Amino acid sequence: MWSLHKLRTAENETTTMFGYYLKLGLKSLRRNPVLTALMVFGIGLGIAASMTSFTVFYLMGGDPIPWKSDRLHAVQVDNWDANEAFDDKGRLPDQMTYIDAKALMTAAKADRQAAMFKVALPIQPASEMDGRDVKPYLEIGRATYADFFAMFEPPFQYGGPWNAEQDANSARVTVITQETNEKLFGGADSVGRTVRFNNVEYTVVGVLAHWQPRVKFYDVTNGPLTDAEAAYLPFTTAIDLRLDSTGNNDCWKNADPGWEGFLASECIWTQFWVQLDSREKLAAYKSFLDAYVTEQKKQGRFPRPVATLLPDVNQWLALQEVVSRDVEIQVGLAFAFLAVCLVNTVGLLLAKFMRKSGEIGLRRALGASRRQLFLQHLVEAAVVGISGGLVGLALTAAGLIGVRALYAEYQHIAELDWTMVAVALLLAVLSAMLAGLFPTWRACQVQPAAQLKTQ
Amino acid sequence: MLKMNHLSKVYRTHLIETHALRDFSIHVRDGEFVAVTGPSGSGKTTFLNIAGLLEQFSGGEYFLDGVDVRGMNDSARSRLRNEKIGFIFQGFNLIPDLNLFDNVDVPLRYRGFNAAERKRRIEDALARVGLSARTRHYPSELSGGQQQRVAIARALAGSPKILLADEPTGNLDTQMARGVMQLLEELHAEGATILMVTHDPELAARAQRNVHVIDGQVVDIHAEPRMRGLGVVAAQAAHG
Repeated sequence: MWSLHKLRTAENETTTMFGYYLKLGLKSLRRNPVLTALMVFGIGLGIAASMTSFTVFYLMGGDPIPWKSDRLHAVQVDNWDANEAFDDKGRLPDQMTYIDAKALMTAAKADRQAAMFKVALPIQPASEMDGRDVKPYLEIGRATYADFFAMFEPPFQYGGPWNAEQDANSARVTVITQETNEKLFGGADSVGRTVRFNNVEYTVVGVLAHWQPRVKFYDVTNGPLTDAEAAYLPFTTAIDLRLDSTGNNDCWKNADPGWEGFLASECIWTQFWVQLDSREKLAAYKSFLDAYVTEQKKQGRFPRPVATLLPDVNQWLALQEVVSRDVEIQVGLAFAFLAVCLVNTVGLLLAKFMRKSGEIGLRRALGASRRQLFLQHLVEAAVVGISGGLVGLALTAAGLIGVRALYAEYQHIAELDWTMVAVALLLAVLSAMLAGLFPTWRACQVQPAAQLKTQ
Repeated sequence: MLKMNHLSKVYRTHLIETHALRDFSIHVRDGEFVAVTGPSGSGKTTFLNIAGLLEQFSGGEYFLDGVDVRGMNDSARSRLRNEKIGFIFQGFNLIPDLNLFDNVDVPLRYRGFNAAERKRRIEDALARVGLSARTRHYPSELSGGQQQRVAIARALAGSPKILLADEPTGNLDTQMARGVMQLLEELHAEGATILMVTHDPELAARAQRNVHVIDGQVVDIHAEPRMRGLGVVAAQAAHG
């Protein structure tokens, strides 16, 4: 009981003293405004440089669908040239042939599966849309299967995805985005209404709410940082209408001429994703995939040794090096710059604390222990750090505006979120406290007797 | 109250040893007003620093209010200093960017008093030195004499067992010095124990007892029973 009381008293004392140190720290900021400004700006600059780079790095490399990224798998099979690997790093092809995509969709061995490819969609509004004159314009769309929506979970504003039957029937249906709906229908519920893409009419079955994955992980080959598509239509419909893929198309041997020749070729231009809800299902699907490739080899395809991969979302992003080496080096350099700023802060804090030698000596004489003075000055360094962090945040925001202005593809990843704000402030405080350790230790070595006489 | 037996203090470098205090013994009793005098370099400041637990000593014994201070760690010494000793410095040593209230608050913060208790003590101490109307003023807005009064209030606020004063009027003109000295005498009259270092014989004469230090040793002790408040003339007469 007595110990508990003592503990509580000690806690209260610590809290009270922390408040006192904070007050002194704030007062101290005003004492040498020029020195303070130099320190705060120095830390702010270091934080801004590191956080601008780190924000891009973090958002680029962060898990874009954390609640189920371990259940979503890209499907990779090696249909490439017997004499030459797909790339210099020996990786498997990052896309799939139409033949394999179709076969895997038909087999339907996963919990969910969706083949997909990128299409260009000339959107042709009616000459008069709800009293507004909207001119035809070109957008990027995605041809895929109904499972795409269940797998990647884009939010719907109106309606929902098309169904498997419509997939099977190559139905002329579409899911459009909020932005497209805004342009074409002024944001009204357009489910059941008709839109015209490339001279074909589609019935709107769903309208997405705003959806922009930071990284378009389901199609990194065609630009992981590009905007989300304006509209989605069934894969089978796109094939039926002979819509060309406007994405990357890699071939290791010539395709036969014509549309059918292209579909039957070894060219890779589709992306294929599956959802597997357990480890057992993942293992079973891997076996199925290996068996499929073995079977195809018997038919004269897949000249290379059997190789299949089912990386989950994060493994996929790492495998495809979405965060480039350049970005990593940039982050490293930015943190090196922060270290330089901190060394500068060490010097300035040392100067600031040494100018307070008299006060430190006095406080010692009046009963402050070295530990108390150490904490006081560490809190003072932290106050400088918080101030520097706030300045750094403002500069980071400006830096990210600059990044967005310079690099259009970084639109969705050069943004500060609350996590990064917290990281910036924490980094600033910890950095300043680290920088403050040596000056604080020196301050605590002040001999009170000598200082009091020289006051 | 304060008892030193055969105390020594040696400053060592790799070349020489300097004996700042040697075989130094003194006993200050509760309620006494003792002046320590001596020429520059005699060791009186070293003695005051050791008495104030600001410096360690090399040998001998030192008891403060019955507590043996030998071998105490920094935290224990700081706590003891905070509880038992009130300092009054020649240069006042007020913190310029704290107002009077916050200056007097400094030692109380380290004592761990709650806010209400601190406020009461600060107001009482400032009232005691006649500055209760100026709690929100800053040191730069006060005269030297007033600043020294604030320093005295700061020393008094924690109800210390002993006041250690180092040339308390050294930075003041005659009139202000007289006021500060009168305040010290009043405090003594109220029962405070005061140990004052000075090289000013006139000030020393106003103390109850004089201790003369030369070359780090106590060479002479005068006990001067006097009428409090009228001590100047009597002490001067006694010293011839």
